[in-house]
Amino acid sequence: MDLALLNPAQFDLPTIWFVLVAFFFVGYFVLDGFDFGVGMSLPLLGRDDTDRRVMINTIGPVWDLNETWVIVAGAVLFAAFPEWYASLFSGFYLPLLLILLALIARGVSFEYRHQRKHPQWTRTFDRMIIIGSVLPAFLWGLIFANVVRGLPLDAGHNVTASLLDLINPYAVLGGITLTLLCLVHGAVFIALKTDGEIRGRARRLAGFAGVPAAVAAVAFLAWTLNLETFSGQPLPALMAAIGATLAMVAALLANAVGREGLAFGAMAATVGLAVVTLFLSLFPHVLPSTSGEGGLTIVNASSTDYTLTVMFWVALVVTPLVIGYQIWTYWVFRRRLTRDHIPAGAH
Amino acid sequence: MCPVEELFDPLSLARWQFGLTTLYHFLFVPLTIGMALMAAIMQTAWHRTDDVKYLKLTKLFGKIFLINFAMGVVTGIVQEFQFGMNWSEYSRFVGDVFGAPLAIEGLAAFFFEATFIGLWIFGWGRIPRLAHLACIWTVFIASTLSAYFILAANAFMQNPVGYTFNMERGRAELTSLWEVLSNPVVLAAFPHTIFAAIMFAATVMIAVAAWHLRRGQHTETMRPALKTGLWANVLAFLGVGVSGDQLSLAMVDAQPMKMAAAEGLYETTNAASFSIFTLGTPDGASELFSIRIPYLLSLLSTHTLDGEVEGINDLQAQYVTQFGPGDYTPLIWVTYWSFRWMIGLGAVSALISLVGLWLTRKNARQLPARQEQLMWRIFIWAAPLPLLASLVGWIFTEMGRQPWIVFGLMKTEAAVSPNVSGLDVAISLAAFTLIYGILAVVEFKLILKAAQEGPPELDDDVDADSDDLAVVY
Repeated sequence: MDLALLNPAQFDLPTIWFVLVAFFFVGYFVLDGFDFGVGMSLPLLGRDDTDRRVMINTIGPVWDLNETWVIVAGAVLFAAFPEWYASLFSGFYLPLLLILLALIARGVSFEYRHQRKHPQWTRTFDRMIIIGSVLPAFLWGLIFANVVRGLPLDAGHNVTASLLDLINPYAVLGGITLTLLCLVHGAVFIALKTDGEIRGRARRLAGFAGVPAAVAAVAFLAWTLNLETFSGQPLPALMAAIGATLAMVAALLANAVGREGLAFGAMAATVGLAVVTLFLSLFPHVLPSTSGEGGLTIVNASSTDYTLTVMFWVALVVTPLVIGYQIWTYWVFRRRLTRDHIPAGAH
Repeated sequence: MCPVEELFDPLSLARWQFGLTTLYHFLFVPLTIGMALMAAIMQTAWHRTDDVKYLKLTKLFGKIFLINFAMGVVTGIVQEFQFGMNWSEYSRFVGDVFGAPLAIEGLAAFFFEATFIGLWIFGWGRIPRLAHLACIWTVFIASTLSAYFILAANAFMQNPVGYTFNMERGRAELTSLWEVLSNPVVLAAFPHTIFAAIMFAATVMIAVAAWHLRRGQHTETMRPALKTGLWANVLAFLGVGVSGDQLSLAMVDAQPMKMAAAEGLYETTNAASFSIFTLGTPDGASELFSIRIPYLLSLLSTHTLDGEVEGINDLQAQYVTQFGPGDYTPLIWVTYWSFRWMIGLGAVSALISLVGLWLTRKNARQLPARQEQLMWRIFIWAAPLPLLASLVGWIFTEMGRQPWIVFGLMKTEAAVSPNVSGLDVAISLAAFTLIYGILAVVEFKLILKAAQEGPPELDDDVDADSDDLAVVY
């Protein structure tokens, strides 16, 4: 074997890292996406407190490791593309603040809601879980859509858009799309992980919410490909968008005929491919400018080849391991939950 | 600047926010690291002896650990986002160097931690016994690794190494990851932080045991918990001391100003003394009264009795020549007092445990009831001492670095996001203060409740694979 093949520097390192950043964000939205969906489903599927506890416990052992993906995605972005990270995070200051507050509220609510058996107490934390699930899904959709659409930047790559500039029809549609996709994703997850009445209700919810979700997704992806400011890879982005649409159709069909595992897998592919479409609509840009200056690409936003090479090896060694033991976790907690698993008293 | 503008000064608001959220995050870090170790030791003891009391302790401290861990995760996200949100110029400047340890931390440590904690908490009876034991040890190892990478990133800010300055792009660029990871500052700061974390977990364990022993309940399980905690606290304090000494030497080498500011030493001095207490003007420039230990500052700084310790005035003049006009002195009253409180709180905590070991030794004379009650009470109320020591230690090391964000390379005032307004930061600071304040109260009550409920009632045969969930939300 030619040893030179082992040297990553012969490839285009910023491109490799663009793919890796996309990979970790895809991982985050696919995994935490169904957590968000489960949270949104609480008022739609839970007839009583026991139902809601069954739903929360389907994600009990995994929600925090799913959330870890956003920390890793952020850190990888920081290391590989410091300029992108700095412009993105300072440019979306208030939306990110809301996401942080929502994630905090949601995370502690899982922990707190079962500590006291008082209707007012549980209702408060249920509300926080619902808000804490809808807000991040919507705002991440809004943020990514705005990035793809392009933002006014100054010469120092700082975003100069005001909060109102970020709320435009295209970006709002992006937010709605991601929210609805997460809802369906969560519903098929509940159908896969529970048994009894709630399982049937979850399947009906997935079918019911699936239609507007599919419509929103198709409209949003079509709009993305036809943006005036589109600066990415038209053909690959189109392929990914078609893939996302087909996966969504497959998910809804599988859900309709009761193939829950397949429906979940297809929904994961839908969310993943939708995010891939957005990344392909950027490449090789990472933060397109609408003001004629300060735009960021994988070249002027990236770290040095040395940093990217070192990090490449770390990622190459560790990532398969991470995927391996996370799959094992899902295997350990594979069985379905029912109302019988929930003890009657307060915990 | 008019007062309103001063109130909404993005720089000072962003600094307050970073300080507040970081100290708050660090409320949860030591207990996570230390409790993981305590739970791992207890579970290993159960594994080897099959004695159910160790299992009970594992479950009790595991529960406290879980309540604490969720807060650590959610407040940790804030930490990482904040660099980009509030300190975008800093992120652009150091990202090439600073991002690497953060990303490695996420990939190689935090992922492990978050996954195996879930497996451990929810996996009782679901995973083979030995594999389950391996899970908690993985959590402990991953959480210490995590601390290592974060401290390596912080050490770069104290003592930048392994980089080159790229004039054209105006940023620091990584030349050796190995140098960044073997920075003398992190080599000392890492054991210092870990031992301090173990001290806090130990005092929490002591307090829980004391609370139950005082009421004469769970004596069988709480005696060994008390002993383990007392020994762990005393031994960890020795580790804190030795590593703290190493950290002082590294600090004198990299940031002599910080050591001078720790003593408020204005003039360069041979055979410098160390003051335990001083009355004088707030900036320490003039002194009315002080209690001093001769030679101690020289000993700490140089490991010789008459070594030269550089004073603030000389260093200030030297930095002006080196970096241009400006004030290179940190806030002396903050560094002076935080340094003393750090050492003092830690030492008092260890001393209490040392006395406790003597009073509870085998064949010890039974204390009169009132004195025994007093001892339990002191054990309970002394629990926060190591945590407070850690917090003021962080205040010392971060405030002592000012006016620099990266020592000698970038000033804090140049690091703040230029496009984030004072109003934005005021909103986020208010929001964090409010939500963190509420959560602190709830969190404290929950931990207190779990601790007071005590260990669960268990049969000797608990390993049976039942269909019950180990933990139910």
